[in-house]
Amino acid sequence: MVAYTIRRILSGALLLVVMSMVVFVLFYASSDTPERYACGPKCSAQQLEVTKQALGYDEPITTQWAKFAKGVVVGREFPNDPDLRASAPELVQECDAPCLGFSTGYGTPVRELMTDAFPISFSLAIVAFAIWIIGGVSLGIVAALNKGSIIDRGIVGLSLLVFAFPTFFIGLLLLTFVAIRWGIVPLPEYSPIAEGGPFLWLQGLFLPALTLAVFYLAGYVRITRAFVLETGSEDYIRTARAKGLPQRTIIGKHTLRAVLTPLVTLSGLDLAGLLGGAIITESVFNFNGLGKLAVTSITRFDLPLTVGIVLLISTFVIVANIIVDLLYAVIDPRVRLG
Amino acid sequence: MTAPSPTAHEPAARAAEPLLVVEDLKVHFPTSDGMVKAVDGLSYTVERGKTLGIVGESGSGKSVSSSAIMGLFHGTSAQVSGSIRLGGTDVLSLDESEMRKLRGRQVSMIFQDPLSSLHPYYTVGAQIVEAYRVHNDVSKKTARKRAVELLDRVGIPQPDVRVNDYPHQFSGGMRQRAMIAMGLANDPSMLIADEPTTALDVTVQAQILDLLQDLQREFESAIIMITHDLGVVAEMTDDTLVMYGGRAVEYGATREILSHPEMPYTWGLLTSVPDVTGDVDVPLVPIPGSPPSLLTPPPGCAFHPRCAYRDQVPGELCSTLSPDLERGGRGPGHLKRCHLPDPESIYQSTVLPLLTHAAPSGAGEDVNR
Repeated sequence: MVAYTIRRILSGALLLVVMSMVVFVLFYASSDTPERYACGPKCSAQQLEVTKQALGYDEPITTQWAKFAKGVVVGREFPNDPDLRASAPELVQECDAPCLGFSTGYGTPVRELMTDAFPISFSLAIVAFAIWIIGGVSLGIVAALNKGSIIDRGIVGLSLLVFAFPTFFIGLLLLTFVAIRWGIVPLPEYSPIAEGGPFLWLQGLFLPALTLAVFYLAGYVRITRAFVLETGSEDYIRTARAKGLPQRTIIGKHTLRAVLTPLVTLSGLDLAGLLGGAIITESVFNFNGLGKLAVTSITRFDLPLTVGIVLLISTFVIVANIIVDLLYAVIDPRVRLG
Repeated sequence: MTAPSPTAHEPAARAAEPLLVVEDLKVHFPTSDGMVKAVDGLSYTVERGKTLGIVGESGSGKSVSSSAIMGLFHGTSAQVSGSIRLGGTDVLSLDESEMRKLRGRQVSMIFQDPLSSLHPYYTVGAQIVEAYRVHNDVSKKTARKRAVELLDRVGIPQPDVRVNDYPHQFSGGMRQRAMIAMGLANDPSMLIADEPTTALDVTVQAQILDLLQDLQREFESAIIMITHDLGVVAEMTDDTLVMYGGRAVEYGATREILSHPEMPYTWGLLTSVPDVTGDVDVPLVPIPGSPPSLLTPPPGCAFHPRCAYRDQVPGELCSTLSPDLERGGRGPGHLKRCHLPDPESIYQSTVLPLLTHAAPSGAGEDVNR
């Protein structure tokens, strides 16, 4: 088990390195003059040249990647010039490890921008996750247990309807009516727990998280319902009935334990994807999370920031994959004991 | 003094009746295409300590009829009618919670595929403990001791260690032993074994059958052995019920049925068994055609479209009139559902030569060429 864990972590790290190469090559190769975006449209040819050298864009892409990777591990300086550092240290920009470079749009380190935005996306994702897991799984179970009844049809029909609405529409609907027109909740606004306490944090997140959750919730209702029904026709459930177990034990213990496995996989990966930012929801509610940051970075051709965000999201997905696999082993003895 | 007398009489009255009495059992499933008559008027009895074999093709209703005894159709759309009396209790009149108390305690079931019938995420021990504790108010520790005892009894080596194993760590035969241990956890008077050896390899099959026979002697349980393996029937059972299209087509003492079958479907089952000691060039004799639709069963005798002997029945009887299950030429203990006037002579002249390999092997070759 330990060996398996170590192997998974190592392969995950390797995957991340490869990811960074691919992203790096893709983004930097796509634009022949990255210094143009760094320097701005009004730069003279001379300024462009200086920028190019200062940011190291004149070097081959492999060298650029090597410096980038080194920067992530030990940090780096811009420009990387020992002479300049000796003569005029005030002109050298320090970028501490893990250094992802400077955002060309904001002029600040990419890491700083991301650490500012991450708590917002993280909070949003966690609250949405809680809503959709609790709501989706329990509604899915209820629908499965009442298969074919009005309750089942209602739940399934409603989830299909909700699933069909685009997220921005649901978001605008909630924002316009619940927050603005009816004033049931104040305008959503991110308030860190450290500043306003958990209540304000939750209150500010409620509508955006609900918007985000509703879409997933609808999906999870249907998935859970299908899993419960499928498991219900398994032979071991028939055995459980033949033993004379009461229905609540059969459902609560035998069925749900089996349904847990695919749900853990799905929800782990879905959550990982959301930690990297929910682009539409954050834009609708004007939350400055990673999703909005990603959109901004792309529209501004802010390559270092884009690379940084993509790498962060890949890290989440890779880590979530590893965690899900390890959870698998906890849930399923066949994986654990081989 | 007067009060105890009726209760004292009642067990005596029950003792006169066999442990399990199934009368005119019907299990119908309404579907959008119409009514599927999976079991249509089935009657049989099983005595305490005896074994009944139910034989038939897939879809003949053998498993469905025994699931009805377990009350497994509660809460489904299935329409179950007739009567099933187990130890004097009318099973079909019980509600789900009463039925639940019967399941696993009075009547247990062993299923075909022990790997898929055991929950993959719980240890074998935990599953036996669960089966025992649901009907006995005992501590986990006591139940665990019982589980180890049972595993020991069914021949699992090192039961105190293996009790903590998961099903996937057991071999196929051991899993079926564990299933049997679970089925016997509460000393049921009735054990239904639904093709218990089909998923096992042949050497293990024999062990499992031996085990079941030993346990039956020890626990005095009645067994219903559902199978399509006539070898198992010959080895294990006292009585045999041959099912076709949801109904009994032949029913009687096993020795009778196997030596003097009177129904062409039973003949077909017998001749389709390959003879391992016979000539390898002799082709297998399958029953032509496929099982009847339970939705729109053929008119008359359900077997007539596949029956090679229907020409020997006068008139259009086979395709117009469904034969009754009635006593055949060999006495009241042997029932058959067939119009053939003299099945015994056809069996002796036509079917029996196919079963004895010496004579027909040459004839078989002739047919081949």
